[in-house]
Amino acid sequence: MAKAKLEEIESPAMLEEFYRQMLFIRRFEEKCNVAYRLGKIGGYMHTYVGMEATAVGIHHAIKPTYDYMITAYRDHPQPLLLGTDPVKVMAEIMGRSDGMSRGKGGSMHVYDIERGFFGGWGIVGGHIPLGGGLAFASKYRNEDRVTICLLGDGAANQGVVFETMNMAALWDLPIIFCIENNEFAMGTRLEYHAADTELYKRGEPFGIKSERIDGMDVLSFHKDMQRIVDWTRENQKPYWVEIMNYRFLGHGAADNDRQLYRTKEEEDAAMKRDPIARLEEILLKRNVMTREKMEAIDEELTDQVEAIYEQADASPFPDASEVYDNVYTDMEPEKGH
Amino acid sequence: MAAVEVATQTMSYRDAISKVLSEEIEANPDVFIMGEDIGRYQGTFRVTQGMFDKYGEKRIIDTPITEAGFTGIAIGAAMAGLRPVVEMMTMSFSILAMDQIINHAAKIHYMTGGQAKCPLVIRGPGGAAKQLSAQHTHCLEGWYAHAPGLKVVAPATAIDAYGMLRQAIRDDNPVIFTENPGLYTVMGEVPDDREFVVPFGKANILREGTDVSLVGYSRMTQINLAAAEKLAEQGVSAEVVDVRSLSPLDMTTINASVAKTHRAVVVYEDWKFGGFGGEIASRIAEESFDDLDAPVVRCGGLNVPTPYARNLELECIPDVDDVIAAVQKLG
Ligand SMILES: Cc1ncc(C[n+]2csc(CCOP(=O)(O)OP(=O)(O)O)c2C)c(N)n1
Ligand SMILES: [Mg+2]
Repeated sequence: MAKAKLEEIESPAMLEEFYRQMLFIRRFEEKCNVAYRLGKIGGYMHTYVGMEATAVGIHHAIKPTYDYMITAYRDHPQPLLLGTDPVKVMAEIMGRSDGMSRGKGGSMHVYDIERGFFGGWGIVGGHIPLGGGLAFASKYRNEDRVTICLLGDGAANQGVVFETMNMAALWDLPIIFCIENNEFAMGTRLEYHAADTELYKRGEPFGIKSERIDGMDVLSFHKDMQRIVDWTRENQKPYWVEIMNYRFLGHGAADNDRQLYRTKEEEDAAMKRDPIARLEEILLKRNVMTREKMEAIDEELTDQVEAIYEQADASPFPDASEVYDNVYTDMEPEKGH
Repeated sequence: MAAVEVATQTMSYRDAISKVLSEEIEANPDVFIMGEDIGRYQGTFRVTQGMFDKYGEKRIIDTPITEAGFTGIAIGAAMAGLRPVVEMMTMSFSILAMDQIINHAAKIHYMTGGQAKCPLVIRGPGGAAKQLSAQHTHCLEGWYAHAPGLKVVAPATAIDAYGMLRQAIRDDNPVIFTENPGLYTVMGEVPDDREFVVPFGKANILREGTDVSLVGYSRMTQINLAAAEKLAEQGVSAEVVDVRSLSPLDMTTINASVAKTHRAVVVYEDWKFGGFGGEIASRIAEESFDDLDAPVVRCGGLNVPTPYARNLELECIPDVDDVIAAVQKLG
């Protein structure tokens, strides 16, 4: 993909694409929450509602499907943006045989390896060295890929993060650590889990270029990310970015107790930063789109998500015989109870 | 087996490992080794001696002391198509990386529904060396064999170390390859054959016998061989079954041996309680019950953190006399 100039990025067509992508993620995630309440989705499921600008801004800053990406369990939007069949994503979340992992992964473990999306991990912080390894591999092969390694503010406290930062700096790995600082680690607020809440400073002791950026304004965020991705590709060195955003819903679909860790007033104030509403203001102001058009797009995307869900729901559960598949590449594990 | 003329060389278990590492580095540009002090310092147990000078820092990578971190980097690199060999300075330190190994490497192929592979080898000394005390002496192979998705091998001889490590490096799954420090100086014939592999999941009868099967792996196989020698002097014919591969496990060979001898002692250096020998023993009991003339007996390491004092340390590890005592329990 040739790099688009800023004017192109801010062209009406691009602005509409940003808008459609963010709104699609939101409607998709909302549908997931409904399906969860209906018992169609089980286990732990974490949605991206409120944080959409982060995923979309990053997507447009990288070379999609060429660059590598890895994240934790808040992993629905990235493959959707990369072009993974949304039915397969939804089917995976629903544990069906048409899912990306044929129902073996679930919401927390979505992967599309062919598109450079390496998941999808449930041990907080555990995937960060793996991200280092992806960057290590591309460097080893003299490619100019960058690796986007997303992590939460809570994950930023895990020991392996610092281990990986050290090696990334020591070995000049082209990895961008993107902290999605949504101000909470489950029910624990940032100031109760981080000795210094300015997480961007943590890159400095390792000599890693670091900064904090706003992740709620998709346009400014995208520009910042583009600059950071370009620098990383060019210089083949790590970057540590603290992206300020906010999750609007509970930690996961099973979190119905937000009042235990934040007030309604706080949430209302945060909603004013809603990245989708913010882009709508810009679209209106620049005469790119009318309210009617937005509503039409919303209707279209809502229908699309509905159809995706219906198709995924038509997919059968995996056959019981598949339980032993893919434990190993070339043999079966010990069988039976 | 048809006799094939292949030249062999006599060498130590350590040199056999070193030889195959070098050969695979030369054969495949995707293979690299990483670990603490393996390059400039030549490796704590000197397994990688000379390799840094020969192959350079791209292939022989000195890491910081961050087992979880560099194991994770190796796993990520493996997912992206490289074939890392991680050296643990001692397997005891792999406990720091256990989350990476069990929660990540072992599950990649499964959780991705077969989309990704993790061709990774983690190797290093496991078990007692000499007076390294409680924190440097663990036998962790049973912990790893417990986890589906990992393959776990524990060769006892130079030729198996040579052939199984090549298999491990060429395998598309994460493999734990444990080397007992007491084996490094054991000598053996090793074929001069850059394609020689010993497939996993095949136990090996190292000595035939009719009265009792001594089933073990890694250094305990050497102990079993010595015990069989002594038992022969007492008129007891012991068969030595070298398990070699814990996961996959070759119960066919083990059961066939028990069908012949009707008695079995399972010998392992790991803590006896809850150790891998218990798995083998219960499998023999389940699958060969009708062949058994006596209950299967386990002979394992004492259930204590390994003490420093040499006499106490030796007390902990099964030796020839312990094996013979276990055989005598069978009546
Ligand atoms: C090692 C580990 N400890 C605890 C948990 C439980 N847990 C899951 S998510 C989470 C909070 C993580 O917060 P953060 O990293 O900020 O990510 P966010 O959910 O905000 O995106 C916790 C404690 C876990 N999955 N793994
Ligand atoms: Mg958070």
